[in-house]
Amino acid sequence: MTSLLNRLFGRAKKGSGATAKNRLHFVLQHDRINLPPQRMEEMKREILAVIVKYLVVDEDRVEIALEQRDRAHSKLVAEIPFAKEKQIQMELRTEATAGESPGAKSNGAGTAPIAAEEEDRSEKTSGDSKDGATVAEVDDATAPGADAEAKDKDKK
Amino acid sequence: MAGKVVTISSGKGGVGKTTATANLGISLASLGRKVVVIDADIGLRNLDVIMGLENRIVYDLVDIVEGRSKLRQSMIKHKKFENLYLIPAAQTRDKMSVSPADMVKLTDELRDAHDFILIDSPAGIERGFRNALEPADEVLIVTNPEVSAVRDADRITGLIEAAEKGPGRLILNRLKPDLVKKGEMLSSDDVIDILGLSIIGIIPEDELVLSASNSGVPVTLNTDSKAGMAFNNVARRLTGEDVPFMNLDDEPGFFRRLARLIEAW
Repeated sequence: MTSLLNRLFGRAKKGSGATAKNRLHFVLQHDRINLPPQRMEEMKREILAVIVKYLVVDEDRVEIALEQRDRAHSKLVAEIPFAKEKQIQMELRTEATAGESPGAKSNGAGTAPIAAEEEDRSEKTSGDSKDGATVAEVDDATAPGADAEAKDKDKK
Repeated sequence: MAGKVVTISSGKGGVGKTTATANLGISLASLGRKVVVIDADIGLRNLDVIMGLENRIVYDLVDIVEGRSKLRQSMIKHKKFENLYLIPAAQTRDKMSVSPADMVKLTDELRDAHDFILIDSPAGIERGFRNALEPADEVLIVTNPEVSAVRDADRITGLIEAAEKGPGRLILNRLKPDLVKKGEMLSSDDVIDILGLSIIGIIPEDELVLSASNSGVPVTLNTDSKAGMAFNNVARRLTGEDVPFMNLDDEPGFFRRLARLIEAW
């Protein structure tokens, strides 16, 4: 409908002009950050390689792209969805093969945040709050994942 | 009030910097402003021929910088406007003969007695461009609605901002409204959107520009020329006047488009 309206009101855009615009948008994004498309692809592969070391993600739906409204506001935006089904399947498989060990593992992960909190508190009292905060942040990030894992197990 | 230094740049060559500089100089002078235009393209002197002043050159920019001539005696008065002067580029030297600091010193000497000092930058992003950029209070970026020119305009925009001379304002030169309408050329909105710059002029393609440079009489002096009118509007905007953009569209009306659409169906 909008395209029909556009044509009716003389805003048709379908020739090589539109191609020129798209090509320029693409080439300028890379020019501005001084990172050619091939190197960008390399970087994406490396980022993904690091992430899959720690998380089970749906690699087919991973999107890492440059977002640039103008030269002053550009950012790298990554959408990295978790592979829920795959994760559950993997867990089932490990449970089936390794018997009790996954349970013990999730127990360990569940207690980790508490340990971190205690550590954090003691760090703060000793005066070195900066390092303590970093540690807490890293642990906080892993804690919800560990909790979720534990809950998943409860459901089953 | 101290004069303003306006540098006309582009990155890519052949997009119309020199034509723009000549026409803005003429237009500003015809508006009663005191103007000096400086050709900073050392080794490839051209502003003189576009302005029809090539026969009057005695001294040039490098002569001034190296102290062989006084500033006043090196400035060439325009035939028609006595408030318009040209400082030509040296033809047999290279860009390294002048430094950015030389350009600052020169333009500072000119500021008191003139309203506008326009610098025609050479193409490229090297020394010649640096020379033209250093003294600028404002930078105009000339581009064409064409991928390579727009890309180079973006490159130069980054350098202008890095030098804290930005944001530059855009002159979109040689636009062909009929091609834009067919969707076969980037529109002014496209170029503004891509570069993220504000625009100070849209100059339509005009055969009279070639005739003008053939005869050394800049096109703004031709009242029949749409390009000339558009350059005139840029000059008025430079003086701070709020001038609406010319309607370059002789677009078909609503009913003709409706008919065309039905036909296409």
